[in-house]
Amino acid sequence: MSAVTHHIPDAMLAAYAAGTLPHAFAVVVASHVSLCDHCRVALAAHQTVGGVVLEDSDAVPVSSSLKDNLFAQLDAPFVPEPVYDRSGIYPGPVMEALKGRALKWKTLGMGVRQDILTEDAHGSVRLLYIPPGQAVPDHGHNGLEMTLVLQGSFSDETGRFGVGDVEIADEDLEHTPIADAGDPCICLAATDARLRFNAFLPRILQPIFRI
Amino acid sequence: MPPECIGYSDQTHWMIAIRDHQDREAFAKLFDYFAPRLKGFIMKSGIGAAQAEEIVQDVMLTVWRKAAQFDPHRAQVSAWIYQITRNRQIDITRKESRPVPEELKEDPGSEADASQVVGLEQEAGLLRQALANLKPEQREIIEKAYLGELTHQEISAETGLPLGTIKSRIRLGMERLRHELKDLKQ
Repeated sequence: MSAVTHHIPDAMLAAYAAGTLPHAFAVVVASHVSLCDHCRVALAAHQTVGGVVLEDSDAVPVSSSLKDNLFAQLDAPFVPEPVYDRSGIYPGPVMEALKGRALKWKTLGMGVRQDILTEDAHGSVRLLYIPPGQAVPDHGHNGLEMTLVLQGSFSDETGRFGVGDVEIADEDLEHTPIADAGDPCICLAATDARLRFNAFLPRILQPIFRI
Repeated sequence: MPPECIGYSDQTHWMIAIRDHQDREAFAKLFDYFAPRLKGFIMKSGIGAAQAEEIVQDVMLTVWRKAAQFDPHRAQVSAWIYQITRNRQIDITRKESRPVPEELKEDPGSEADASQVVGLEQEAGLLRQALANLKPEQREIIEKAYLGELTHQEISAETGLPLGTIKSRIRLGMERLRHELKDLKQ
């Protein structure tokens, strides 16, 4: 995966390590790190800083029962958390978000399809399927959007994005991503607000399609 | 102690003994060292003493159960426990499981590279010194960021987080690991 050229910014990795990144973006960061050793290493650096902050925290004595309670549990049987492996082009964190279900593509028109993985008050994360040569029509953003390419590639005003690349777009960016020729482009896209599609769908339909 | 582990910190020794031998004595030492620090760390984010102790217990139990995943070539014990702690705190406060990257698929039985482990520990030591030498207000920003009190927008507005040295060190270490893996596969 040495071909990855668009990475996660440092501040986002730090926020991911500290746990302040909204869930939808955390899915994208965890997926990208699964594909990108460069960012895996950068994340390790942030975790090291976190470890130093932890180790240098003022020690507060713990109650004597805590250790006994803990040691009493060491032999207790437990169910290990499930581990989600990569499946084809989909990294482990995407498989985790799918929770074992099959993909359910819903058509958005013009060959574009989506499958919403999770959605809450802080944002949503979805898979997008864009046929080669197809534009995801011009849209601006109310907030922040992170798009990770899982298959194929797309290009827009800011450059070309191939497998493993992440594009981060904020409300200042009006862009028109177009899927390149070749395989259909499949992306993992997270937003913290509804997209404003300028031409693609009438605004009134957006709640229905949940874009 | 195995000769190849000379130069490792106490914490790394304990963690390896826990990982490889489910060594309870080592786990008790790790607990005595980390539990009070963990409690202090958790209480800094405004959590009361009783709930902080619950989280400490939960984190230390996770450390015991996930010990097999500990790899001193890639993470300091404190860095590893830091991430477990933040993950548990998020799981508890947001009632949702935090997405984590895939584990690297490498043979856990592969030869230890002591120079890599010690090198990482030295770099972490230098980083710790650098943090200690910061002006109090700079140090406070770092603490806030890694305690989870700043959004990523707030973090990106702060410049001068001193990460350069440690990043290049770990990156070098990863390069070496990748070469080792390649050699093993040939």
